[in-house]
Amino acid sequence: MSALTHLDELEAESIHIIREVAAEFKKPVMLYSVGKDSQVLLHLARKAFFPAPLPFPLLHIDTTWKFRAMYELRDHVVREHGLQLIVGCNQRGLDEGINPFDYSSQRYTRVMKTLALVETLKTHGFDAAFGGARRDEEKSRAKERVYSFRDRDQQWDPRNQRPELWNLYNGRIEAGESIRVFPLSNWTELDVWQYVLREALPVVPLYFAAERPVVRRGGAWIMVDDDRMRLLPGEASVLKRVRFRTLGCYPLSGAVESNATTVIEVIGEMLDSRWSERQGRLIDHDEEGSMESKKREGYF
Amino acid sequence: MGALHPAAIGEILRQREQKELLRLVVVGSVDDGKSTLIGRLLYELHGLYQDQIDQVRRATKQGGAALDFSLFTDGLLAEREQAITIDVAYRYCASKRRKLIIADTPGHVQYTRNMATGASTADVAVILLDARLGTLPQTRRHAFIAALLGIRQLVVAVNKMDLVGFSQAAFEEIRDDFLSFAERLGFDGVQVLPLCASDGDNVAAPSARLAWHSGATLLELLDTVPVARHRTGGAFRFPVQGVLRPNLDYRAVTGQIVAGEIAVGDEVVALPSGLRTRVTSIDRLGGPLANARAPQAVALQLEHQLDVGRGELLAAPDSPPIVTRRFEADVVWLGEQPSDPRRGYLVKHGTRVVPARIERVCHRVDLETIEHQEAPALTLNDIGRLALAVGKPLVVDRYQGCRATGAFIVIDAQTNATVGAGMITEATASHDGARGGAVSAVERRARFGHGPVLVWNPAKAEALERALWDEGLATAIANTPEAARACVAAGLVCLFVPEDRGTVALRAQLAGEPVPMVETGIFEEIVAAARA
Repeated sequence: MSALTHLDELEAESIHIIREVAAEFKKPVMLYSVGKDSQVLLHLARKAFFPAPLPFPLLHIDTTWKFRAMYELRDHVVREHGLQLIVGCNQRGLDEGINPFDYSSQRYTRVMKTLALVETLKTHGFDAAFGGARRDEEKSRAKERVYSFRDRDQQWDPRNQRPELWNLYNGRIEAGESIRVFPLSNWTELDVWQYVLREALPVVPLYFAAERPVVRRGGAWIMVDDDRMRLLPGEASVLKRVRFRTLGCYPLSGAVESNATTVIEVIGEMLDSRWSERQGRLIDHDEEGSMESKKREGYF
Repeated sequence: MGALHPAAIGEILRQREQKELLRLVVVGSVDDGKSTLIGRLLYELHGLYQDQIDQVRRATKQGGAALDFSLFTDGLLAEREQAITIDVAYRYCASKRRKLIIADTPGHVQYTRNMATGASTADVAVILLDARLGTLPQTRRHAFIAALLGIRQLVVAVNKMDLVGFSQAAFEEIRDDFLSFAERLGFDGVQVLPLCASDGDNVAAPSARLAWHSGATLLELLDTVPVARHRTGGAFRFPVQGVLRPNLDYRAVTGQIVAGEIAVGDEVVALPSGLRTRVTSIDRLGGPLANARAPQAVALQLEHQLDVGRGELLAAPDSPPIVTRRFEADVVWLGEQPSDPRRGYLVKHGTRVVPARIERVCHRVDLETIEHQEAPALTLNDIGRLALAVGKPLVVDRYQGCRATGAFIVIDAQTNATVGAGMITEATASHDGARGGAVSAVERRARFGHGPVLVWNPAKAEALERALWDEGLATAIANTPEAARACVAAGLVCLFVPEDRGTVALRAQLAGEPVPMVETGIFEEIVAAARA
């Protein structure tokens, strides 16, 4: 037998967590955002129960403003593996005309993402929701638990978080309480990409560089993904060779100029940008990555 | 951008792919320079993102000094974090040979539970101390907790050597003092090394200022220290997490191998039921495996369609764990309320949750002196030995022999809070039966000290039985296939002397049953088979 690598160990740890939650909770669900972390999480879940089907559905919180390529991959994956998909959307928010152009990103995110999530979890009575968040995403996440407890109002109570020793997770909750579970807690961004490569997982093509119609806004390239995109006076879309490091609602996702068209090349740019800093170079687009992380932090 | 050639990236990834995982816990107080050391490690090992480095560079510039490494892990803490009661931060980076998961734990007196949490998954503990202060009571306490939690490799980093003029004599005095203390804790390896984390001396690179130090740098140590084998060594242990039954033709049990290894065809015993079977397939997405080992997560198909489900444990039959309802354990008390013999608790052990009661406090450890004291209860951050009784049997090993099957958490049945972390030191084998009071094969084995054997038609059966009996085996002579089966089921060494053509009939009846058989009637072979 060849030696087990760190990816093998991370994989085993995540599968253990997923099985444990499936066994101890009445009605789990897996949040599925179609991003690279979601692809890894879904793959680990399929491994955890193969050859049986997933014992829980996927939940996509849809703002209706995701990239078209994300909906395509979502539907393809669901069809290919015969998965059960629930789409959670805040219809009241849509009816009220909440959109990413006329409302602040905080307001938009709260109504169309956070509220949509909370409402959907409540409607279906899910008591455990898997998410793909990692501890390395941000300094403030370094202390996050694998099992994150929510009270009856789905609020995070810092005093109610439990110590996690060994791999013994305390999953006892009262009716109405729930947990968010993060099986990828110990993975880093590089681990995720390396696993995508090793397992040949499909990811949204937007992660790879291609000529795309974009406009420059607030120091970032915003893609004109469909004709709902509102151009400001004097703004015109131009074709740029860009890719995305994180994916969300297209009017709020910034692209970076890049030539990376494969996973290997994406990893190469990551290594390069991190290492080059040690020679004193400053690369501005990393700021966007951390902004996105913070958004996700609020979202989860 | 894109300066790295794809071939070069491919090579980096191939190397990275081969890396082992090393989990370490770093413990020390802020004053010992722990934040600076971890910040320095992350920086040297590319564990930081661009924006973090930029942030720290900006923050440092205001002060005008060189990069302040402590800011990578300190500062800008959200308010909500200060309210978190257990405070272990996890950091990630990679060295030349290993991917590191660093549990960063505060080292103040009241934070025993933090260190226990960080140490519970760690292979190595790095304890920091200030060269000016030497070995303090808290240093001894940290070393004791590391040993208690099963860490076999200890690194003591004597930091702030710049403040004692990089004095070899000062270092050696601290080292010898610590080593004489650590001797009794029974580590496999203790390394003491001098550092100056703020300037980087002896962290990633050797230092001219510490030229007298001939040993490794901290990074070299972390790359070479043996990863504890408790994670992979030892006899096979597999706590069953669940059952997969996608259709009538397929049934497999899922779980993570927590110790040892398994191959297709291997015999296993399911506990506490005591049923024996064989593994017929090791399944996972991407194709079945011929063998697997800790810590892999797999699905196992078993030869007999046994009713083995969540909460049971599959183990190697030749070194089974103990089935117990009463045990003693070293417990780190995590609860705000003291331990209470009248209160209802739950114990989660492996994949089993059972009601539990604290029978008594055997002793409490005085963390200043590491000596035992009498105590009526354990309170928050106490460590002591408890005698516990559980409502349903657990299948356990001693913690120092196998972490995964020796560890448990104590849950308050009313509040659902995790109030204790336990490490089993001693367990009494349970004789009250596992299922509906029936005496199990494991209990029979425990009482007789051996398992059943079927001896085929030996010559001079009475004399042979006398010899085996005198050897201490429980024996019987059977003349019919039915009697022989009954003897074997009762766990006896059965000498089968058929009256007629029973041999053939019994062979047919026993086909497929996992009973050791000896065909020769040789005394030593029978004894070996029984005690295997």
